[in-house]
Amino acid sequence: MNYLELLRLAFPEAHVTVTSLVVLALGLRRTRPAALCSWVAAIGLAFAIVAVLRLPQNATLFGGMLVITPLTSLFKIICLVLAIFTVTMAHSDSSARRNHGEYLAMILLATIGLMLLVGSEELLMIFIGLELTGLSLYVLTGFDKSDPRSAEAGLKYFLFGSIASAFTLFGLSLVYGMCGTTGLAAIGEKLTTQSVQPLLAAGVVMTLIGFAFKIAAAPFHLWAPDTYQGAPIPSAAFIASGSKVASFVVLGKIVFVGFGPLQGSAAWHAIVAGWAPVVAVLAALSIVIGNLVALAQTNVRRLLAYSAIAHAGYTLLGLVVGGRDGFGATLFYTTGYAFTLVGAFGVVALVRRETGGDDLTNFAGLRERSPFLAGCMAIFMLSLAGLPPLAGFFGKFYLFSAALRVDENRGLLWLVALALFGSLISLYYYLIILKWIFADRSSSSQRSGPDPLPSNVGLLQRISLASLAAAVLFLGIAPSPLIARILAALP
Amino acid sequence: MIAWTIYLTFAGAVLLLLLPCVLARWIALATSVAGLGVCTLAFFDPAGTGSFQTIVRLPWVPPLGMEYHLAVDGISLTLALVTAITAVSAVLFSWDVERRPNEFFFWLLLVVAGSYGVFLSADLFLLFVFYELVIVPKYFLILIWGSTNKEYGAMKLTLYSFAGGALVFIGILAAYVSAGSLDLQELAQFQFAPSLQAWAFPVLFLGFATLAGIWPLHTWAPTGHVAAPTAGSMLLAGIVMKLGAYGALRIAMNLFPEGFEMWRDWIAVLAVIGIVYAAAVALRQRDLKFVIGYSSVSHMGFVLLGLATANTLGVSGSVLQMFSHGVIGALLFAIAGMIYHRTHTRDLGQLSRMNLSRTMPFAAFAFVIASAASMGIPGFSGFAAEITILIGSWKAYPAAVWITGVGMVLVAAFTLRALKESFFGSAALPVGRATAESPEALPLSRITIPEKLGAGVLMFATLAVGLYPKLLLDRITLAVEAMRFLQP
Repeated sequence: MNYLELLRLAFPEAHVTVTSLVVLALGLRRTRPAALCSWVAAIGLAFAIVAVLRLPQNATLFGGMLVITPLTSLFKIICLVLAIFTVTMAHSDSSARRNHGEYLAMILLATIGLMLLVGSEELLMIFIGLELTGLSLYVLTGFDKSDPRSAEAGLKYFLFGSIASAFTLFGLSLVYGMCGTTGLAAIGEKLTTQSVQPLLAAGVVMTLIGFAFKIAAAPFHLWAPDTYQGAPIPSAAFIASGSKVASFVVLGKIVFVGFGPLQGSAAWHAIVAGWAPVVAVLAALSIVIGNLVALAQTNVRRLLAYSAIAHAGYTLLGLVVGGRDGFGATLFYTTGYAFTLVGAFGVVALVRRETGGDDLTNFAGLRERSPFLAGCMAIFMLSLAGLPPLAGFFGKFYLFSAALRVDENRGLLWLVALALFGSLISLYYYLIILKWIFADRSSSSQRSGPDPLPSNVGLLQRISLASLAAAVLFLGIAPSPLIARILAALP
Repeated sequence: MIAWTIYLTFAGAVLLLLLPCVLARWIALATSVAGLGVCTLAFFDPAGTGSFQTIVRLPWVPPLGMEYHLAVDGISLTLALVTAITAVSAVLFSWDVERRPNEFFFWLLLVVAGSYGVFLSADLFLLFVFYELVIVPKYFLILIWGSTNKEYGAMKLTLYSFAGGALVFIGILAAYVSAGSLDLQELAQFQFAPSLQAWAFPVLFLGFATLAGIWPLHTWAPTGHVAAPTAGSMLLAGIVMKLGAYGALRIAMNLFPEGFEMWRDWIAVLAVIGIVYAAAVALRQRDLKFVIGYSSVSHMGFVLLGLATANTLGVSGSVLQMFSHGVIGALLFAIAGMIYHRTHTRDLGQLSRMNLSRTMPFAAFAFVIASAASMGIPGFSGFAAEITILIGSWKAYPAAVWITGVGMVLVAAFTLRALKESFFGSAALPVGRATAESPEALPLSRITIPEKLGAGVLMFATLAVGLYPKLLLDRITLAVEAMRFLQP
């Protein structure tokens, strides 16, 4: 193994690193060329996608510190695409425009973290990826120095996130201590022969808790609403999409490859100790708490945050199921969700720019101001609610069918029924958002302020929102390309 | 060929979003008429025998076994036909929609296209996609163009539909994961374990029956009908309630025959309660649309009773009743819409003072026809359907026939009451008050040609089927005989 080989296999990451440094340097110039920074960042990310495509099919470096499989390549590409959409969104966001170079450099650094997370099967490297992502995202959250909410969000996210990191690190160290190795595959082998000791169980649970913070699963979700509401919108979108996708990929790898022998079962009346019942409890709590609290929200970003908690619950369902089917369903669902949410935040960002806020009242009459934005938002909300022919519907069908298929007695039916009940609740609040957008502003309660001007949506935002909406529609109508790729990539 | 109904209607819907709004209603009309044309051609196609025939079959999501599979038999054909008829007349009755016409017809055509899709799907997943696709358009149709208490009615209807959909979802998943297939023809031959059927059947049936207005899950129907715009009510009564009944028949009953056998007595009980209860409630309503809304629930009770009989006659009659109620329900709501559009009230007390039979003779004529059909007077489709159901249930549940007889008297009572109070009411009132609000003072606009055409299509359909029910029944019976839940 020489450095040239390393550089060849880690070229996408290296490329994004260089891009981030270039963007940072450009941003330091006196003229502060924001548009130039955006273009350099976007083109750099696009080149990174090409670089990922040119990687070999399979490779392993340093005993799993860096692995390349079809799965890692696929999700590196997805993370990069999400990063490009975030950069596009940041291009027109006022709070991100100040010191634009630094903001974009932070996004790029976070992207490198995500790529490392996705592309590693070794505990230490995973932790480094987590920290790189986390630290960049804390900065991105508190980036808007003129807004106290942003500072509050950043501080909260930082405090919760660092506690979560501490949990993860502690858990990982216990696992390392019991197994004597940090490679996931080696841990998996050790665990098949070893009997389970309490210390190891503690390590597994602590690792899970750390990740539950990352993906905002209840009861470790408390940072999410404030962060989603207070952070600059592109940052919130990236936290909710890219960071979540990568976290689910790596969480899946840890539990299936590393802790595979300890899965246990969460089937009704047939619970077997292991991590599956723990994850099932996390999923059930997230679905219930997320959906119920979202009912009471009046701020769209906060509502999306609580709905994100519920969606984390649905996605965890796939991990409870386990196996190729369950993991595949989780990955499909989280991908579809990420694209939907980036789009939804994109619409929220434009509405905020036009009306100065992102409460439900700010969405009143959006249809008159911009039928385009209203249509996109309808697609995103209905996909989140799980209605066909959109990505969310297919994702749910796949997840739930995997959950019922897993054993003869339909032991996970309780979780599926709970999730369906949650979707029913969620349909209500998504429809409320659409009601504000589409209903006429004739009633006096909704008529506030002067008559609206037609929204001014730039060409770039138009293209990015339209392509996101098209992606959500495409994943719903023709899911087989992505599903076939995911299933082919899974062992 | 009949698959083109789906494509044409979706294409029309997309076209509506792209073209200016002056063209909206013409596009909608052209689309729905084209759908009707395709349906009629397919219906009279000599090659079509009434048994299950595959039209299109393409792989869709191979890793999970989903196929784009459309097929047609006598039941699908009948229901596609009623969808087409209702769609044409709903568009005609929306001719005066001035506010946001593009969106209105877009949502309307989505409901129609989704319904065609449900009736023609032969793949469980595909059917469910179309079934759920119909939910959201209804919400927007009611929310934006509705009237009385529209936000409540729209949300209630949507949540009920979605809750029913969730139950259906569980039932479909149970069938899918047990049999490992989504193909309806394969599933219809698969022997499901009795323990699975015992719980999967009621879940699936109840899910579908929610949309068909089964008592006690019917409450979305009256409020939804009242809140909806005229065309919305017509679609709800004419098409959407049929989706539920069709799903119950095609999927719940045909996939889980043993489960059906275990539960069918309960279905009959609920159906009979629905018939009598809804008719009794309709008798006490002041709002004309509430009367019609409850009459819909009552008529759908006949459909469910027919399904519960599990013999060829009862089930065929039930499908015929789906057609018949689709046409009659749409006609009744259309007339209610005509009245409301001109008088701005649907209160029977106020209407009875207006003597509308003089000012709106055409509407009065149509309402007499519709009432006669709704009451089950021979010569109209309602009679043919209900008598077939009752003969069928005489074999299975003689007691139910007696109780239903009471229900039919109630139906006649509330229908006649609504007819009298809305159109022939003035004679009962003191002369002084009648002159104070004399009908000449009311600036009622004339019944327009689109309205006459729309009502004419529906009246023709109910008369034609009433006079010659064999036209539909032959095809329906063939399809019903192929089902596997029939009792010997």
